Amino acid sequence: MNEALAAAVQGFMYPNEMELQWSILIVLYPYITGLVAGAFILASLERVFKVQAVKPTYRLALLTALAFLIVAPLPLQLHLGHPERSFEMYLTPHTSSAMAMFGFVYLWYLMAVLVLEIWLDYRKEIVLKARSSTGPMKAVYKVLSLGVDDISEEALRLDDKVGYALTVIGIPSAFLLHGYVGFIFGSIKANPWWSTPMMPIVFLFSAIVSGIALVLLMYMAVSVLKGQEIDMPCVDTIARYLLYAFIIDFTLEGVDLLHRIYEADESFASLDFMVHTKLFVSQILLQIIFGGLIPIGLLALTQMVSLSEKARKGIYVLAGTATLMGIFAMRWNVVIGGQLFSKSFLGYTTYKLDFATREGLLPAIVLLLLPFAILWGLVKLLPPWHDETAEKAV
Amino acid sequence: MSRLFGHKEHLVRMAGLFAAGILVFLLARALFVPKGFGTYGHYRAGALADNRAYPVKFAGRDACVECHTDVPDALKAGKHARIRCEACHGPLAAHAQDPTKAKGVKPDPKVLCVKCHLANVAKPQGFPQIDPKEHLGPNCGECHDPHVPGQEPQKKG
Ligand code: HEC
Ligand code: HEC
Ligand code: HEC
Ligand code: HEC
Repeated sequence: MNEALAAAVQGFMYPNEMELQWSILIVLYPYITGLVAGAFILASLERVFKVQAVKPTYRLALLTALAFLIVAPLPLQLHLGHPERSFEMYLTPHTSSAMAMFGFVYLWYLMAVLVLEIWLDYRKEIVLKARSSTGPMKAVYKVLSLGVDDISEEALRLDDKVGYALTVIGIPSAFLLHGYVGFIFGSIKANPWWSTPMMPIVFLFSAIVSGIALVLLMYMAVSVLKGQEIDMPCVDTIARYLLYAFIIDFTLEGVDLLHRIYEADESFASLDFMVHTKLFVSQILLQIIFGGLIPIGLLALTQMVSLSEKARKGIYVLAGTATLMGIFAMRWNVVIGGQLFSKSFLGYTTYKLDFATREGLLPAIVLLLLPFAILWGLVKLLPPWHDETAEKAV
Repeated sequence: MSRLFGHKEHLVRMAGLFAAGILVFLLARALFVPKGFGTYGHYRAGALADNRAYPVKFAGRDACVECHTDVPDALKAGKHARIRCEACHGPLAAHAQDPTKAKGVKPDPKVLCVKCHLANVAKPQGFPQIDPKEHLGPNCGECHDPHVPGQEPQKKG
């Protein structure tokens, strides 16, 4: 027996439980897909439910969703190794494997929903850029326009109609995308920490919460970087939706918790002990208090008393950051927490997070920063704000 | 606009792109999915023949005792009676086939015994287990006859 492993164990652990197989990279995967689904759902608000106030964030939200979606499978591939084999998931679809079928959910969402919707929404700008730019960029925009430079009223109206239909399909798709991630965990019946039909729903709502918080922060950051005024009605509205989504999410998680406490099945004593010891910091402090009650309280405050613009901005930044951290803690508690206790309910192990190893903290940080780099490129290519100079060229 | 599909041209082209993508996918499938995949299950049917073609490595106890008639009698006297020869000796099909070409292997008790007897809380409590640091010495074979572990090894010089 490995001495170091044995030292990490308290009580009784089956030999195959001592070492955690699902590392921080597996924590990133639901976190990142959640941000995608949440950002998209926020974008859909404007489109389908015609919430005009959030319009300034529509495109930024779509591009953010795309940038994060591109990165979403990378932690899995880094964890498994042999990324070239992930292609086989498509070549030989395994219909009875939830994990294997996720490949199709992912591809559907990426290609049929996000890429198409972004393309349709940006087509006018792409065509204008193809006309006005020079050098290699002209070729890039030409290719993106598929060689069609028809931006007549009629063509654009068509784009809008198709785009609307796509968004309508996109909402259930976004729900599917993240509900599915929750389903993968919730359907592991051997693990009482995961196995609950609530899992897809809780994952979905926490995804919405994290995605909205991300877009809120991104929008404020981009505005500051561009030296633009922050559109207060816009951020106020987003913050309100964040509060609503958060209340639903928090309630659902509360219901789940209450159910577990009242049912108190054979796993309860062990899980309860874990939450009060090994998971105390990440679950009670980071997830529930600092990542849940505090942002909800702060956001509720902005609804109850009228605060100055400056105070609201400060609160949104604080609440948004706390939310992102809280949802990350939630993913951590699910993924890591689910592997810390023994199926015998008699012992616990420890997760040792390495730094510069394949599944260490460093690659995790890089993977979390990567979407921002991709987003930067996307924003350069397809500016989410309306470009006046191009507009004039028409 | 003298295009074939009028104002729908770009949409038709995009649809064409998707169709092309699907076509490439189907081609890739035809190209990369091995023959016979899925005939019996989610694997390549030919894998069965490949596996069958591997040389047999284990001969089985019945083969061993045909020649080593004395060992089963010895084993019967102790608690190792129900353990197959090759669980300890390793795969010896080649030896059983022709003992002149491939020699039988005598496992080193120092390495072998702890593979099964190292103390571990996960093992059934009734199973004899030792902690080598606390037990009587590393050379298990000095005090235990591997075939009859409850006995001291006979003779030997
Ligand atoms: C065809 C007859 C035959 C079969 C079958 C056979 N052996 Fe042997 N085995 C021999 C002979 C002959 C020797 C050599 C005896 C000697 O050197 O004293 C031997 C020697 C051995 C030795 C001692 C090697 C040494 O270095 O002293 C071991 C251990 C052994 N056999 C194990 C097995 C096992 C396990 C099997 C079953 C997989 C097996 N044998 C099957 C004939 C056979
Ligand atoms: C618990 C493990 C174990 C099992 C089961 C076992 N052996 Fe052995 N056997 C050994 C070890 C260890 C040695 C080497 C003893 C030594 O080095 O003195 C050995 C030695 C031998 C030898 C060499 C002659 C001798 O007695 O020293 C033969 C032959 C042999 N075994 C055959 C068999 C056959 C045939 C079977 C199955 C019927 C069998 N063994 C089952 C562990 C085992
Ligand atoms: C393949 C696994 C295995 C290996 C290898 C093995 N044993 Fe055992 N041993 C057993 C089993 C199974 C029992 C019987 C347990 C029972 O019936 O309670 C046993 C029982 C014993 C006992 C108790 C005997 C008694 O009469 O109470 C001793 C002592 C022992 N083994 C020593 C050894 C030694 C020394 C070796 C190395 C030569 C060895 N074992 C290798 C599986 C193994
Ligand atoms: C100096 C002699 C000696 C050596 C060396 C030795 N043993 Fe023992 N072993 C004994 C004696 C005597 C007993 C029976 C008394 C006892 O239970 O402590 C025994 C008992 C055992 C038992 C049964 C324990 C039980 O709880 O029933 C196992 C298993 C065992 N030995 C394995 C080994 C292994 C494995 C090695 C090599 C690492 C080894 N022994 C080395 C003398 C020895």
